[in-house]
Amino acid sequence: MLDFIARRLIAIVPVLGVVAVFVFLMLRLTPGDPAAVIAGDNATSDQIADIRTKLGLDEPIWTQFAIWISNVLQGNFGESFFFKKTVAELIAQRVEPTLALATCTLVFAVGISVPIGVMAAYRQGSLIDKAVMGFSVLGFSVPGFVIGYCLIYVFAIELGWLPVQGYVRIGVNFWQFAERMVLPSLTLSVGFVALISRITRASVLEVLNEDYIRTARAKGLSNRVVLMRHALRNAAVPILTVIGLGIAILIGGAVVTESVFGLPGLGRLTVEAVLSRDFPTIQTVILLFSVVYVVVNLLIDISYTLFDPRIRY
Amino acid sequence: MRKVLKRTLAAMVAGAILSSAGPVLAQGKVVKFVQNGNLTILDPIWTTAYVTRNHGYFIYDTLFAADENNVVKPQMVDKHEVSADKTVWTFTLRDGLEWHDGKPVTSEDCIASIKRWGARDAMGQKLMDFVKEFKEVNPKTFQMVLKEPYGLVLDSLGKPSSQVPFMMPKRVADTDPFKQIDSQIGSGPFVYMNAESKPGEKHVYTKNAKYKPRAEPASGLAGGKVVKVDRVEIIEMPDPQQQVNAIAAGEIDVIEQPPHDLIPLLKKEKGVALYNWNPLGHQFIFRMNWLQPPFNNAKIREAALLSIRQEDYLKATVGEPEFYKVCTAAFICGTPNAVNAPGDLFVKPNFEKSKALLKEAGYDGTPIVLLQSTTLPVLTNMAPVTKALLEQGGFKVDMQSMDWQTVVTRRTNKGPVGQGGWNIFHTFSVAADILNPISTSYMVANGDKAWFGWPNDPEMEKLRDAYAKETDPVKNKELAAAVQARALQTAQYGWVGQWYGPGAMRSNISGWLKAPVPVMWNIEKK
Repeated sequence: MLDFIARRLIAIVPVLGVVAVFVFLMLRLTPGDPAAVIAGDNATSDQIADIRTKLGLDEPIWTQFAIWISNVLQGNFGESFFFKKTVAELIAQRVEPTLALATCTLVFAVGISVPIGVMAAYRQGSLIDKAVMGFSVLGFSVPGFVIGYCLIYVFAIELGWLPVQGYVRIGVNFWQFAERMVLPSLTLSVGFVALISRITRASVLEVLNEDYIRTARAKGLSNRVVLMRHALRNAAVPILTVIGLGIAILIGGAVVTESVFGLPGLGRLTVEAVLSRDFPTIQTVILLFSVVYVVVNLLIDISYTLFDPRIRY
Repeated sequence: MRKVLKRTLAAMVAGAILSSAGPVLAQGKVVKFVQNGNLTILDPIWTTAYVTRNHGYFIYDTLFAADENNVVKPQMVDKHEVSADKTVWTFTLRDGLEWHDGKPVTSEDCIASIKRWGARDAMGQKLMDFVKEFKEVNPKTFQMVLKEPYGLVLDSLGKPSSQVPFMMPKRVADTDPFKQIDSQIGSGPFVYMNAESKPGEKHVYTKNAKYKPRAEPASGLAGGKVVKVDRVEIIEMPDPQQQVNAIAAGEIDVIEQPPHDLIPLLKKEKGVALYNWNPLGHQFIFRMNWLQPPFNNAKIREAALLSIRQEDYLKATVGEPEFYKVCTAAFICGTPNAVNAPGDLFVKPNFEKSKALLKEAGYDGTPIVLLQSTTLPVLTNMAPVTKALLEQGGFKVDMQSMDWQTVVTRRTNKGPVGQGGWNIFHTFSVAADILNPISTSYMVANGDKAWFGWPNDPEMEKLRDAYAKETDPVKNKELAAAVQARALQTAQYGWVGQWYGPGAMRSNISGWLKAPVPVMWNIEKK
């Protein structure tokens, strides 16, 4: 097992190398000059050129890459062109809302989708099954920002139960934190619920036709025990796989959801950095997202062993 | 186990109630303000971004400031004198001016601040061209010695919009003008709370208890800057629809400038009032590239001007006539330098004359590259109108859509369109930035050093210099008219309408001053 984890961790290095080169080149080759953005609308070409020199953007692209990558290898991710802060500081400030949003979304998504997926499988062809499948199609089809605005209109504006937007840090006021997480998490979890419930239904349906389920029923076990202990556990591997792959959806969705709900997280930092061409920030945040994606999927791989003893690394 | 769970829950509830009560009691009256964009850069000399200028007005003060009628009045200055030959200006600071760290504001701070601003701002650079030296007479008095009389000394030092000559402590103002400052110490009516401010989330300002406002009532950016709330929080909220939802729900108090298409929603909200805090408004322009064909030909530029109808732009971008004005004066209607353009120019297009000029100039039908910004709502509809009008005037137009930051980058390219260059783009200015030929960067015509489009017209530069040196307001008005006439003669650029963007505030907010900048002193919250 340790050997497997070590190998997977080592495999992260080339992945990050490719991501680093790709992101760096993509940013330099697409139009957009941070110096022009910084200088503002009334600046002249000379002023922009001066700022470009101060930021080192007039150096050849490979020199810029060599400087950046050697700094990154030393743990120095550089300073934001705009915020007058190191990128590490910026990320530290912005990580909490994203982490909170991702955690609440996962809790909502798994908490809702797995039971309804199991129910849909157990009652295949029933109204519940059709409702779950219908919701699943809807959840995939409707963009997150539309769902967000609908939830805001109903729960924040018409009913006034929850705030429209904003974020309060968990350490400042727990209840204000909680009430501000409900709508964004629900918004982001809709697509996730659609995905996981569909996979859960399919996996459980497949398992329910296995001989050992029939045997369990013949032994007189209750439906609950059959479903939870025998069916769901054996259907867990594909569900976990989908949750792992869904982390990419979660990251992409966080960008939109944080913008709609005014959450000052990494998703919004990414949007702000892209719009202002804040190269050091974009590069580091994308590297960070890559690490998160790879590590989460490693953890998912490891968790397979908990549900299926036949899997050994 | 259940007991432990119950106790834990009880402790969480108690902690949550206590933590929610604490900050509210401590903060007093708080105004939550949403600006038109994120505040990322905190150095108002380093960038011309309006959100950064607004930040500057919170924490810094100015030597002079323009009142509601655009008359420049002393602000940090107690008295000022000018020598008989108009070359020596002596400024004496008011008593009791202090930086936020408690140190007194001195002459050397002000001299360093003027020098740093003068290195970056177009109007400051012009002023510095005339400055021979600064002399510190004593800690409260300093002199600006000019090489020759300059008519815009007070207008420059009281410049209301980007970049504003804010006064900073010498140790801060000595920073290279092309590097960001790393201190937020000013002497203004608010103190920036660095520890509480989180870029991307909020910026916090508290009342500067030591600030000594002028005795005169507040007017525009001048007069007594009396802070009537305990704290202002700039909330970073990028989504305009959410700004409207949040003010309707009472979560925020003031929106700087909601987009025009959301104004009908705000009008329906009972607890929200719209307020035109910037009565001068803004002006749209379009800029042509003098370096590349076809606009390197004056006749073809003139043809473009002849195809313009301001109202088409204003209807497409602003919509409601109460928020726009057809104005053919370059220096903003209703201000001293305003003179209407001759005939029907900009009001009624003359497509036949445009086509005739194009024929005469030998326009070969090569499509002109028009840059369309799609990310600034107020600019998005400008380019399609230009395309339609110019095509009626005989041009072929290749409209290329991109985000505003790409426009900002691409317009710096002086090369041919085939190498990433351009022919036309649009932008807009706060009217206060363009009230005379010196502050209006679009009027600069010194070739490579001019603003994008790089017009080269020595005659225009002579007129601008004459305006700068003239100290008689009547003659200045004549010179401003001559500058506008020259700009039309060479078709230097096109001004395509004046517009207004009201702010929105909760009905318990009052005292928002009329000025070119949204300022938070004088504001009350019931």
